[in-house]
Amino acid sequence: MAEPFIGAADAQELPPIEAMSFEQALAELEAIVQRLERGQLDLEASIAAYERGTALRRHCAEKLREAQLRVDKLTLDAAGKPTTTPFDTPQ
Amino acid sequence: MPTNLPEYTVSELSFALKRTVESAYGLVRVRGEISGFKRAASGHGYFSLKDDRAVLDAVWWKGSQRRPAIQPEDGLEVVCTGMLTTYPGRSKYQLVVEQLEPAGVGALMALLEERKQRLAAEGLFAAERKRPLPFLPEVIGVVTSPTGAVIRDILHRIADRFPRRVLLWPVLVQGDGAAEQIAAAIAQAGRLPERGEPPRPDLLIVARGGGSIEDLWAFNEESVVRAVAACPIPVISAVGHETDTTLIDLVADRRAPTPTAAAEMAVPVRRELAQQLDALAERAAAMLGQRLAGLRHRVDGLARGLPEPVLLVAGATQRLDDMGERLTRAAHLQLERRLAALGRAGAALRSPGQRLDEAARHLALAEQRLALRVTQGLVAAGREGERLGARLAAIAWEARLGAAWERVGEVAQRLADAARRVVEARRQRLEALAQLADSLAPARVLERGYAIVRAAGMGQILPRRAAALAHHELDLQFADGTLAVRREERRPRGRSVGQAAQERLL
Repeated sequence: MAEPFIGAADAQELPPIEAMSFEQALAELEAIVQRLERGQLDLEASIAAYERGTALRRHCAEKLREAQLRVDKLTLDAAGKPTTTPFDTPQ
Repeated sequence: MPTNLPEYTVSELSFALKRTVESAYGLVRVRGEISGFKRAASGHGYFSLKDDRAVLDAVWWKGSQRRPAIQPEDGLEVVCTGMLTTYPGRSKYQLVVEQLEPAGVGALMALLEERKQRLAAEGLFAAERKRPLPFLPEVIGVVTSPTGAVIRDILHRIADRFPRRVLLWPVLVQGDGAAEQIAAAIAQAGRLPERGEPPRPDLLIVARGGGSIEDLWAFNEESVVRAVAACPIPVISAVGHETDTTLIDLVADRRAPTPTAAAEMAVPVRRELAQQLDALAERAAAMLGQRLAGLRHRVDGLARGLPEPVLLVAGATQRLDDMGERLTRAAHLQLERRLAALGRAGAALRSPGQRLDEAARHLALAEQRLALRVTQGLVAAGREGERLGARLAAIAWEARLGAAWERVGEVAQRLADAARRVVEARRQRLEALAQLADSLAPARVLERGYAIVRAAGMGQILPRRAAALAHHELDLQFADGTLAVRREERRPRGRSVGQAAQERLL
């Protein structure tokens, strides 16, 4: 994964958050927190980084909310095409 | 040759032989190695059993092939149970196999080892082929039996950790056709379109509970191993117990010791991720807060180092006050000097006195206006100073102080210059007036040949003939002294001369 960015100036070149996987977003958030903790950024960059971190967190939280168990059984229909039917978990 | 031997036809002998063989041996168990195995289109299997000195043909009718533990293949040592019979049509005898089993675990293990070496040589089990599992799969495919504990354990553990969508490929996990179904399911999962319906899973779990090596044999089949190797989706194998190693375990990207462990490898724990996320967000907020607090502290520290804004302009204010005072004083001094000069001039000449008074009034007014302007200037400068001071305090940058100082000084200088110019202009005007007054002084007029007529004894000035007629004795005042004269009545002719003289006098 590319070094996640940070200054405000090149904010446009960052990958769009909506397209990121949970893992990518979490990794960038971690990198941002570490940079903030190392105090390497000037104030403006710090604020920009914080804002991006907030957006990343929201994205991650959204991914975590999409948690729902759904089990489908795969069968082939008459045309030999795979289709699904709900599957009841054996108890 | 004896001729009392009974004579058989070929068929009689062949069938007699068949009866003898079948009755003599009936059901037998024969141990040997499979050789030349062929499955005909009819489904029947034909092969030879051999050992180091003999070969026995065998036929395995399709009807006897229900759920064999293993698939027969060349080189496999097996124990076959069946009827020994002959085939009169071809002068052959053969074993009709009822049951085919591997000749003990050792035989299966030997076969497994040979197959493993072969597939390993192809690189199918190489570490560099292993793919990382997705961190958080959206869709998980599970290839296993739809009944039993395995699927239940997997689903429960996924639901506990991070509920996801699960696609189940129900398959036989042992016996005839199991390997084919498993291989087909794996291949089908890989062929699904990535975002179609049903979607291609991000991860595949191939699972089966524990069992004997024969029970697990389907997962050693080459078709299954190759299907996993060709699958574009990362695969977790969870077959049998931890101690049973099947070939699918070697080719899979990860091997789980149990189905439950496979579910744990498949998804992270949602609650832990949420906590991790919260902790990160808190750290970020704390860091930014600390950063801001630190900067605020530094700004406060710098601001404390700055002088009070009032003090910043105090010097300038004082200079302005001083200058204003000096200006007023100078103006007063000038005015007094001029007024004194005017007074002197006025004492010498009465008639321009009014103009001098007027000039004095003008000057007084000018002085007042000047004083007012100086006061206004001071007030404005004071306000400007305060405004600058306030701005300086707000901005609080040391670098700006020098500039502010310069600006205040400059304003003060400009004000002083302006005041100086006003005073100079007034002074010049005053001098012009003084010169005028000077030129009008009576002494100067008398120098030019005029005389002043007064009543005798240096009395009242008589500017008119009519007034002079009232006096007989008059004083004529010249520049250098007075001449007393007596007025006499003359003849009209002389009077006209006297008149002319008188007029000339005046």
